[in-house]
Amino acid sequence: MRMLEPFYKFSSPQHFYRLSTVLAPWLGWLAVALFTTGLTGGLLLAPPDYQQGESVRIIYVHVPSAWMSLFVYVLMAAAGVAGLVWNVKVADAVARASAPLGAMFTFLALATGSLWGKPMWGTWWVWDARLTSELVLLFLYLGYMALQNAIEDRRMAARAGAVLALVGVVNIPIIHYSVEWWSTLHQPASISRIGAPAIHISMLVPLLVMALAFTFYYVAAVLVRARCELLEAEAGSQWAQAAAATAAERP
Amino acid sequence: MNSLESFLHMGGYAGFVWPAYVLTFTLLLLNHVLQQRRQKRILRQLGRRATGERAGP
Amino acid sequence: MNGCGRAFVAVLRRDLVIGFRHRSELGNPVVFNIIVALLFIFALGNDPVILGRLAAAIIWVCAVLASTLSLERLFTPDYEDGTLEQLLLSAQPLPLLVAAKILAHWLLCGLPLVVAALLLGVLLYLPQPGYPPLLLTLLLGTPVFSLLGALLAALTVGLRGSGVLLALLILPLYIPVLIFAVAAVSDAVHGLSIAGQIYFLASLFVLALTLLPFATAATLRLRLG
Repeated sequence: MRMLEPFYKFSSPQHFYRLSTVLAPWLGWLAVALFTTGLTGGLLLAPPDYQQGESVRIIYVHVPSAWMSLFVYVLMAAAGVAGLVWNVKVADAVARASAPLGAMFTFLALATGSLWGKPMWGTWWVWDARLTSELVLLFLYLGYMALQNAIEDRRMAARAGAVLALVGVVNIPIIHYSVEWWSTLHQPASISRIGAPAIHISMLVPLLVMALAFTFYYVAAVLVRARCELLEAEAGSQWAQAAAATAAERP
Repeated sequence: MNSLESFLHMGGYAGFVWPAYVLTFTLLLLNHVLQQRRQKRILRQLGRRATGERAGP
Repeated sequence: MNGCGRAFVAVLRRDLVIGFRHRSELGNPVVFNIIVALLFIFALGNDPVILGRLAAAIIWVCAVLASTLSLERLFTPDYEDGTLEQLLLSAQPLPLLVAAKILAHWLLCGLPLVVAALLLGVLLYLPQPGYPPLLLTLLLGTPVFSLLGALLAALTVGLRGSGVLLALLILPLYIPVLIFAVAAVSDAVHGLSIAGQIYFLASLFVLALTLLPFATAATLRLRLG
């Protein structure tokens, strides 16, 4: 039980607030450093693709965005379950805060995917399996946010959101499989999926660095957002008033 | 990449590569800025509410 | 019949009786589907070749839309007049009572869709080999719609603007059924085997039937408990 103590501390809104204030800037700057490294590797050091030329460089933002869009949803569902099962307000806040971030990553995956595809396919959009799945994921995020906004009581909203996110997590593999299967039915042979280029190590490393950068960005961003959610949720509490007082004193 | 010009030109794909990067980092930055503003706004409102209550009858 | 069985039948009977009291409403899914089909015909033209090729897709999209519209009727009236709270207080297991409500809903709203679909098949020149798979996929798919819809209806019961919200939430979840059902009908029309598609739909049906009444009951307790 002793080793669970830090978790108990972390799960109190007051401690989370303080921790977040300290941690978020560090993580943010770490993300900036990783972005710089990744971009240098991807834009300057890595070679262009044999077939796709320089346009392949879009993968350094497209692929990490797509990975994050999925990763954040799973995290959102996990945080929701934690809040549902153990009544942890911080988990509720993290889940609620994750949704707009996940939606943003999904949108970026779609937009950059479209920009990548246009020179390859000639059209701004193609209903290929990955992009179509991403679009459905965007709707899952938007639905989650709409549900949270429709319920006044925050606690109830968090619990309902947790159920919805759980339903989503179970359905995402089913939807993804169905869309994959569907795309093989209708895709004419000339349009193949966004050709993932044969990943050379000089491309893989910047890609992974960028993925790491995005991850640290997300953690920093969710700490800030969740902080705001907790302030709003606990507006009447001691610690929130104290935090406001401290902020007012600062120039 | 031998020159700045050829770097910016991106083998002819400049019109696709640069908007992708600009969009991505604009959104990431925008999110950061908006959330900082939001936090300031919330803390300000909380402070006002507290002084308002203390100033009551 | 023991207490559980009696309670199940009681809830089922009550919902069916209430449904039949407004007998005219039973025809609504059929009428709705025909109107939507009409819209497609005006939009696409009346060429039997084109319509025949698209018939399965149009019929299934109509089924999806009609299902979505009917979901609000599942819990909202009972929520408003307090019957839902009574169900939550009942000594009988809630998942059983929820299953009874879902069955009643399917009989009142899902089954007419099957009838409507057969009619639409004629209007849209669905080729002959398409009818049996259309029937089978609807019999497997519409219960899944009712079961999934019940979960989300329970989640959104009593919320402002719940109708549109419910539609936004449920439609992505209906996509797998739609994909496999339409593919089954098309493949059958082209003489291909549809075993794989049917197995998929059947497994979704079984999964939904065994898990969702429990999930829906838990969700009702969460929202109203």
